[in-house]
Amino acid sequence: MKPAPFRLHRPDRVAEAIELLSVYGDEAKVLAGGQSLMPLLALRLARFEELVDLNRIGELSGISFDGEELVIGAMTRQADVEVAPEVRKSAPLLARALRYVGHFQIRNRGTVGGSLAHADPAAELPAVAMVLGAVVDVVGPRGARQVPAEELFAERWTTVLDVDELLVSVRIPVMPAEAGFAVEEVARRHGDFAMAGVACALSSGHGRVDRARIALFGVGRTPLLCPLVAKEMEGSLLDELHPAALDELAALATADLDPPDDVHATGSYRRAVAAHLVGRALINSLEELRRA
Amino acid sequence: MHDGPGELSVTVEVNGQLIHGRVEPRLTLADWLRDDCLLTGTHLGCEHGVCGSCTVLLDDRAVRSCLLLCAQADRCSVTTVEGLASGPDELSPVQRAFMECHGLQCGFCTPGFVVSVTAFLAANPAPTDDEIAEALSGNLCRCTGYQGIIAAVRRAAEHMAEARGEVS
Ligand SMILES: Cc1cc2nc3c(=O)[nH]c(=O)nc-3n(C[C@H](O)[C@H](O)[C@H](O)COP(=O)(O)OP(=O)(O)OC[C@H]3O[C@@H](n4cnc5c(N)ncnc54)[C@H](O)[C@@H]3O)c2cc1C
Ligand code: FES
Ligand code: FES
Repeated sequence: MKPAPFRLHRPDRVAEAIELLSVYGDEAKVLAGGQSLMPLLALRLARFEELVDLNRIGELSGISFDGEELVIGAMTRQADVEVAPEVRKSAPLLARALRYVGHFQIRNRGTVGGSLAHADPAAELPAVAMVLGAVVDVVGPRGARQVPAEELFAERWTTVLDVDELLVSVRIPVMPAEAGFAVEEVARRHGDFAMAGVACALSSGHGRVDRARIALFGVGRTPLLCPLVAKEMEGSLLDELHPAALDELAALATADLDPPDDVHATGSYRRAVAAHLVGRALINSLEELRRA
Repeated sequence: MHDGPGELSVTVEVNGQLIHGRVEPRLTLADWLRDDCLLTGTHLGCEHGVCGSCTVLLDDRAVRSCLLLCAQADRCSVTTVEGLASGPDELSPVQRAFMECHGLQCGFCTPGFVVSVTAFLAANPAPTDDEIAEALSGNLCRCTGYQGIIAAVRRAAEHMAEARGEVS
């Protein structure tokens, strides 16, 4: 047996899970799909006395849509989100990005909430949540709160959630009809974590970009929004956004990046790849926008 | 709600048969299948989710059995490579195709591939080559160079179409 011993708690309700987390504090860890936590336990990179398994909490799974927001329960499997018609319709970027998350066997277990809570800097969903303006619902012993995705990620593998708080759902506002999206990444093999990647969501009205959100992943300690690019793009006429202008925007998006070197790639290579990917994402999302 | 540090009882339907067991919480499904159920067809390569050789069907969905606690399979159905064929001397269409197309050499990765491909073709009976490549990305093979495996997936899809009475 590879993991160190632990006790397993299998609550049926969110309230019970919160109670366990508040009793055990940092001795406890939440177990969702296990696709990140189980490897950490098996390699003994992490060790917890108490595991709180969320898999029996039915109220944490499911997708609902009220016309304005898509609400996805934290324990909804990535594979189920990927094929859900309401996701494909109202948040196509999320469905597209999920195809890059590991492999189908991983997504059959991995959850949307787990991916956000795990906050891997190279993960796709945190960046996608940021560009879609998603908000997460958090519940803890001190009550419920909402955290916008862009304020959720504090550090590598660290969110602003307290140890006794649970991410219960993510809310994704529906984008206007005139919108275009792209997610682009470079990884060693399909399904690996990205060496560099970008998610992009644009919308327009009267021939002008009215909202531009671009986020990079795999190149920093958290996913990184590119506010300078957004500022340059918003208000621009679609016709002005020709290839040379997009190249400049891509350079702007990556100018201040200082990605780390690691076994997969050097920092300068990552930055060069990121600039290229931003260019490609802008071209592809504009194309979709113009068709919309 | 509270399970002590000791053992938990589980009931898992393994290849159609209900099996009761008492397990330590940290025991993975893979170790339980191999060591307690003596179903050693499920292989363990990396034991941290990367290689795919431990893939089994949990309630008909392909999952890594090294990343699942046995206790989490309680009240679920599990199908291992031993449970895919209709009888002890039979091969499933996917197994037959692997044999015919040289989809294996040493065979270490094969149970994981066969289980993954079984689930994949059930969801997508007529895949494109790109879809096949994507579906195989979660399983590693050190021997074959993958071409025989890709051919086996195509062949299995044909066998299954024939069995459904579709002409291929
Ligand atoms: C081979 C392989 C390849 C992968 N490739 C990718 C990839 O390319 N891109 C990618 O993004 N991911 C990848 N992953 C990771 C995968 O997406 C995980 O599913 C995801 O990172 C975590 O989700 P989970 O549900 O499995 O969470 P778990 O592993 O169960 O938990 C992860 C962490 O989040 C915490 N947590 C989980 N749920 C909650 C909650 N509701 N509230 C509070 N805290 C919570 C846990 O305590 C733990 O710290 C890969 C995994 C494997 C094994
Ligand atoms: S042994 Fe489970 S994925 Fe390698
Ligand atoms: S046949 Fe040897 S690892 Fe695949």
